[in-house]
Amino acid sequence: MCLGIPGRIEAITRPEAKLALVDVLGVKREINIACIVREGEPLEECIGAWVLVHVGFAMNRVDEHEAMLTLQLLKELGDAQVELESYKTRAVV
Amino acid sequence: MKYVDEFRDPLAARALLREIAGATERLGASLERPLQIMEVCGGHTHSIFRYALKDLIPPALEFVHGPGCPVCVLPMGRVDDCVAIANEPGVIFTTFGDAMRVPGSKGSLLQARADGADVRMVYSPLDALEIAAANPGRDVVFFALGFETTMPSTAMTVLEAKRRGIGNFSLFCNHITIVPTIKAILDSPGMTIDGFLGPGHVAMVSGTAPFEFIAAEYGRPLVISGFEPTDILQSLLMVLRQLEQGRAAVENQYARLVDPGGNAAGLEAITEVFELREFFEWRGLGSIDHSGVRVREAYAAFDAERRFSVPGARIADPKSCQCGEVLKGAIKPPQCKVFGTACTPQTPLGALMVSSEGACAAYYQFARREPVIPIAVAA
Ligand code: SF4
Repeated sequence: MCLGIPGRIEAITRPEAKLALVDVLGVKREINIACIVREGEPLEECIGAWVLVHVGFAMNRVDEHEAMLTLQLLKELGDAQVELESYKTRAVV
Repeated sequence: MKYVDEFRDPLAARALLREIAGATERLGASLERPLQIMEVCGGHTHSIFRYALKDLIPPALEFVHGPGCPVCVLPMGRVDDCVAIANEPGVIFTTFGDAMRVPGSKGSLLQARADGADVRMVYSPLDALEIAAANPGRDVVFFALGFETTMPSTAMTVLEAKRRGIGNFSLFCNHITIVPTIKAILDSPGMTIDGFLGPGHVAMVSGTAPFEFIAAEYGRPLVISGFEPTDILQSLLMVLRQLEQGRAAVENQYARLVDPGGNAAGLEAITEVFELREFFEWRGLGSIDHSGVRVREAYAAFDAERRFSVPGARIADPKSCQCGEVLKGAIKPPQCKVFGTACTPQTPLGALMVSSEGACAAYYQFARREPVIPIAVAA
């Protein structure tokens, strides 16, 4: 549960809750970006940034090239599938 | 060479393995007195088995699998508490999938669900908060567990619940912190660990400062490591280099993600919502001082331990379980009497068999792959 997976911030969805739409290998869901917003920076500036996603939170920024290499390795080994399955899980409300 | 070819950079991995073999030899390690490097984090344990790294390094160099899988160190009594809360009328109990199958003395959360409790698997604590918002007449409890990596997420979810005025949401807080436990291992009699691979994603939140005492006070090298095979090999070599040079320092192999100062926003949320407990019980290791956190008084309304009557019993592990010895590195998983017989990933007796970050499950799942040619010799 400590691994996380890289994704790209596509849009800011609920600024008051610091939520953004993050794309991980084509799957999009809302992710909290409070940990990666730089002080005084408008949330919109984060659009396009690559981040490491862990349990619904962007934990840090990652370099795009780095993110690609990580995703490729995870995909080749089938580990991406495991992460992606849980990423896809929507809460049953 | 099959596995090395799966690495991100097979050439670099081969070069690292050659250097690791050289350093191990120069350090005079032998099968009788192998060099022991503990990987603290369960994510590393998973990678080590996933990529068969332990078959690639020299036999005189050993990985000792540390207690860094939060699911695996959860004591039976805490699982019983979860089941008790889940059985309270009107409760929706939410949890990460990994925790569903951890055995308690009266069964797991999965069994509680089969018996009629409303237990739901979520990807994120924020999903649990959404469930609370959608079900104002129910009490939604989130089973918060994990090290510093996961603490900001649950702390921020509590802050968000407060901001939105969602009163029917609470945490059953089982967050733990790895540093006091490393200290307990260092203090245990007969400790033979020569160096450590430090947990990359914990350090991403906490920064490197909390680990400094390991080098400064105990004279053991610690290298904060990433999770890919080449990261782990590189970190291992950095530890060996320190041993060769007779140094002990905290070094950061994972600088692409770990800022020495940690994550300011994450740390701020943690400090706002949580405070250290006097002690916390770890499966197999017993009670360790200051190794867990609880919800602060100011957020009592969001604390399941205050909202529900939690049994809080201390339950000893089953007699046949040797999880504690595996966690301390005293025995390897297959040496446990019930490994692969009474205890398998399908019917886990001990928690180390539940998650693929647990040493026993990782062993069971991956250690039986076809043998590989030790590259250090062949290349
Ligand atoms: S085999 Fe099962 S009981 Fe034995 S140490 Fe591993 S998890 Fe614990």
